[in-house]
Amino acid sequence: MAKVLMKGNEAIALAAIKAGCRYYFGYPITPQTELLEYMASELPKVGGVFVQAESEVAAINMVYGAAAAGGRVMTTTSSPGYALMQEGISYIAAAETPCVIVNISRGGPGLGNIQPAQSDYFQNTRGGGSGDYRLLIFAPASLQETVDLVQESFTLAQKYRMVVLISADGMLGQMMEPVDIKEVDSPEDEEKQWALTATEGKRPPRAIYSLYLDPVELEKANERLQANYEKVSKLEERYELLQMDDAQLVIVTYGSVSRIVKSAISLLAGEGIKVGLIRPISLWPFPKKAFEQIPDSAKGLLTVELSRGQMVDDVRIAAKGALPVHFYGRCGGMIPSPREIADEVKRILRGDKS
Amino acid sequence: MTVLFEKTSGLTDEPTIYCPGCSHGIIQRLVAEVLDELGLMDSTIGVAAVGCSVLSYNYFNCDMLGAAHGRAPASATGIKRVHPGKMVFTYQGDGDLASIGTAEIIHAAVRGEKITAIFVNNAIYGMTGGQMAPTTLLGQKTSTSPDGRKAESAGMPIRMCEMLATLEGAAFVERVAVNTPAHIRSAKQAIRQAFKTQQAGQGFSIVEVLSSCPTNWKLTPVAAMQWVEDQMIPYYPLKNFRTPGEAR
Repeated sequence: MAKVLMKGNEAIALAAIKAGCRYYFGYPITPQTELLEYMASELPKVGGVFVQAESEVAAINMVYGAAAAGGRVMTTTSSPGYALMQEGISYIAAAETPCVIVNISRGGPGLGNIQPAQSDYFQNTRGGGSGDYRLLIFAPASLQETVDLVQESFTLAQKYRMVVLISADGMLGQMMEPVDIKEVDSPEDEEKQWALTATEGKRPPRAIYSLYLDPVELEKANERLQANYEKVSKLEERYELLQMDDAQLVIVTYGSVSRIVKSAISLLAGEGIKVGLIRPISLWPFPKKAFEQIPDSAKGLLTVELSRGQMVDDVRIAAKGALPVHFYGRCGGMIPSPREIADEVKRILRGDKS
Repeated sequence: MTVLFEKTSGLTDEPTIYCPGCSHGIIQRLVAEVLDELGLMDSTIGVAAVGCSVLSYNYFNCDMLGAAHGRAPASATGIKRVHPGKMVFTYQGDGDLASIGTAEIIHAAVRGEKITAIFVNNAIYGMTGGQMAPTTLLGQKTSTSPDGRKAESAGMPIRMCEMLATLEGAAFVERVAVNTPAHIRSAKQAIRQAFKTQQAGQGFSIVEVLSSCPTNWKLTPVAAMQWVEDQMIPYYPLKNFRTPGEAR
């Protein structure tokens, strides 16, 4: 397919359909609603199923059923809706059933607003559901990267039998950019040996559940999950590095705001100030390897987020105390300009702010 | 030797956890017998709810999903949409279906989701040890209504079948009991009709089964069956509320 100009939410929906997604359950919430609308209109045309659920709670539990039944399934939502899905996500993670979720986050807490924000980092990476579980989480920064990751997410969800979450915000959901959405060849998976398909008298019944009354069995189930997460954390760390050579400061930033940070880095380069960039693409596993590339010239790290400082905790862990970690963030839908970020860098380098 | 009677192959050999005198065993056997007799057991996927119904995924001899509390109709919707040709049923108690899961059961019925809900109403939360349910009768003592349920603070007991019968998508709605052999025979008929409704693609079907909970009612098994007759049936009348094709 040649490049076409598409709105983020619609591009995600089309990418999912082209990746073989045939079951979609969702609920309207701004700023992801165009995604739901695109699915309602386009999924039936390829023989897929669209259901508008009565709530996000119902939507995620429909996803659980469809995933357990072996369907290639997705749901999408925005921050408060994602909060309602946490219980269901815990069940899906426990049951090791694959699905893809997209969270087009907005300003919070509470009802907040419908402007772009990255205040869901905690909710995305730490979750709100019960128990020791993890999601594989990608945070794209452009629409091309978004559609590519959405498509790959379906493959990875099946491969690891886990929930893959695309963490984007209203900026990516609402903006338009040219995208090249690939046709994924024969997305049909091999027969799932675990899926609920009815026995048809050919095999013993299967049960998918998350209740283990025997603590020995529950610990074993947890160990199985953790072994999978360990494998994923070794294989799926993803990040982008930029201008790390001789950098005086390294900015760690992700998603939509990383685009503004790149402009700030260009501004600073024009003034003779060398600033490097670490852009985590996978939020879990958090790309700790990227921090091994920080040059000796760097005097510190600056984390830039559209929140009051959430990813910065992971940056501090990854930096292992080797360098001071500064933070700059706007929230509630306020977007910093490249100049504001550049000024912050200069303040830090002057030693005005620790 | 001629075999005159044997356990249905619709149930596994797993010993159940149920208390003596509990009706879950009877109800699960009826569901399994019906699916077996209709030749549908091998093409059925069940959804177990949370409460005393939870371990039913060990007892039904078909593919089973363990759903979150109250969400069985949503998860059953997901399964049915992936496998429209299979039979899909939920097995839910009254705490699950009539309290935390009211939105999910109502909207499954609104959509006319082609699933069958087996709704076990014993007027109490059994698994957690006998708390008041939305179905608890007026004056009924439970651990959270120690002086008996009062209408002023807890309202009147909820009649789910009557509510669901107002929805066009609910094709088959019937309330039955299993406290006497005659009631058990009627209950089996209703369960059979519910699955046939699903099989014919006529819409959502639900059978509410009045059930006993001697442990939490603090009654003997025999007295519990009598309590169903004397206390529950007068408030929860046994009747068919909807049948496909019937004038409304």
